[in-house]
Amino acid sequence: MGWFLKFIDSSVGKKLVMALTGLFLYLFLIEHVIANLLLLNNDNGEAYTIYAEVLGSSYNIPLRIIEFGLFFFLLYHSINGARLWWTNRKAKGIPYLVNRASENSSFFSRFMIQSGSIIFIFLVIHLKSFFVNYRLGNPGDTMYQGVVKTFENPLYSWFYIFAMILLAFHLVHAFQSAFQTLGLRHNKYTPFLKSFGVILSILICAGFALIPVYFLYLHNAGGY
Amino acid sequence: MAELNLHLKVWRQKNKEDKGRFVDYDIQGISTEMSILEMLDVLNEKLIKEGTDPVAFEHDCREGVCGCCGIFINGRAHGPLKRITTCQLYMRHFKDGETIVLEPWRAKGFPVLKDLMVDRSAFDRIIAAGGFIAVNTGGAPDANAVPIPKHNSEKALDAAECIGCGACVAACKNASAMLFVSAKVAHLVRLPQGKPEREKRVFAMLNQMEKEGFGSCTNTEACSAECPKGISMDVIAELRREYFRASLKQENN
Repeated sequence: MGWFLKFIDSSVGKKLVMALTGLFLYLFLIEHVIANLLLLNNDNGEAYTIYAEVLGSSYNIPLRIIEFGLFFFLLYHSINGARLWWTNRKAKGIPYLVNRASENSSFFSRFMIQSGSIIFIFLVIHLKSFFVNYRLGNPGDTMYQGVVKTFENPLYSWFYIFAMILLAFHLVHAFQSAFQTLGLRHNKYTPFLKSFGVILSILICAGFALIPVYFLYLHNAGGY
Repeated sequence: MAELNLHLKVWRQKNKEDKGRFVDYDIQGISTEMSILEMLDVLNEKLIKEGTDPVAFEHDCREGVCGCCGIFINGRAHGPLKRITTCQLYMRHFKDGETIVLEPWRAKGFPVLKDLMVDRSAFDRIIAAGGFIAVNTGGAPDANAVPIPKHNSEKALDAAECIGCGACVAACKNASAMLFVSAKVAHLVRLPQGKPEREKRVFAMLNQMEKEGFGSCTNTEACSAECPKGISMDVIAELRREYFRASLKQENN
């Protein structure tokens, strides 16, 4: 056991943890965005409500276990990322007076902690409005009605869209970086993984951002 | 042959303990045929004549193979050009009247000794920890006793090109020495002679890297972009595979 703790807390191991938890969270995002698109179905939330009920049912034991894993991995990913950032910052010491970092590295790769931190704050608010209210609390309305109500607030919707743009920044670097961390790099497939990751990440975040845009501008325009 | 008048902003620091500061110098009549180190030689001659302390910087071969010189020039390790060392940067790449900012490599693992000169002995200690092969001495073995495919020896040499200048650490926002360590690990593991100690080597070198206070790699790829020898990010992926393999195999680590 001692060797394992040492392994996952070494400089390479910490990054391995970031990659594996990150890829798990990435898979979750794919599931989440596909389900969210049910909200665009013009059936007054019928399909979405069925989905939310099946997903949230206490009898859905496998999902309850995965859900626990999801929260655990999310926290581990966040805390581990903050630790990496802190120790790496200390390793650099005095910053340069002039540093043209844009000449040698991508913008996204240099601002993972910043994009990650804002996404974390977003997630706290996001979980409070939906997960805490509708899964743990005793709301008077259905989740669909809650979604409609929440996104009718422009401030909330625009913060949501802003967070999705940052999530896209985060994922664009994250996807290809995870494979590099796993040691999966080869001229055969790395160029493909890089482009595939960019496209998929933008699609995921655009899918999420579509929801507030829809409820803010399109949903009521047609009337019920 | 044109001549340049330049404005320099140079980091001056008396010793390890001194806090250090930037000092401005104006210098006239610099030939475009000079290297940036020769420009500093001219500046130092002037400073000595004036009775002040010349700017300390490290250099040796001045032809891009020894790895001694290394200055952070205008926000880039070894200056704005790709795949060259500081000594190979010529003044023709600067404009008349330009301000040139000269800073030492910044990393906890590379403490500044004086001015632009840093202590890179941490790299020596990382190599001493495992960046070698151990063989019995004796009569020279037959040249073809160990068959090595041409492709493998070429790949090993690609990694062996590293001159240990430290530009990777300097360019990395985490001051990680991953490219340096990986280049050595990949160089040796790509050859049959390096295989017997592969597990021991990757642990020892990485442990030493962490002990020296270098950061960890977050795949920004700045190191590879600034490497004067163009060492590929492939070696870092290879180091990780080596580390995972060794972790699963080794009894004690």
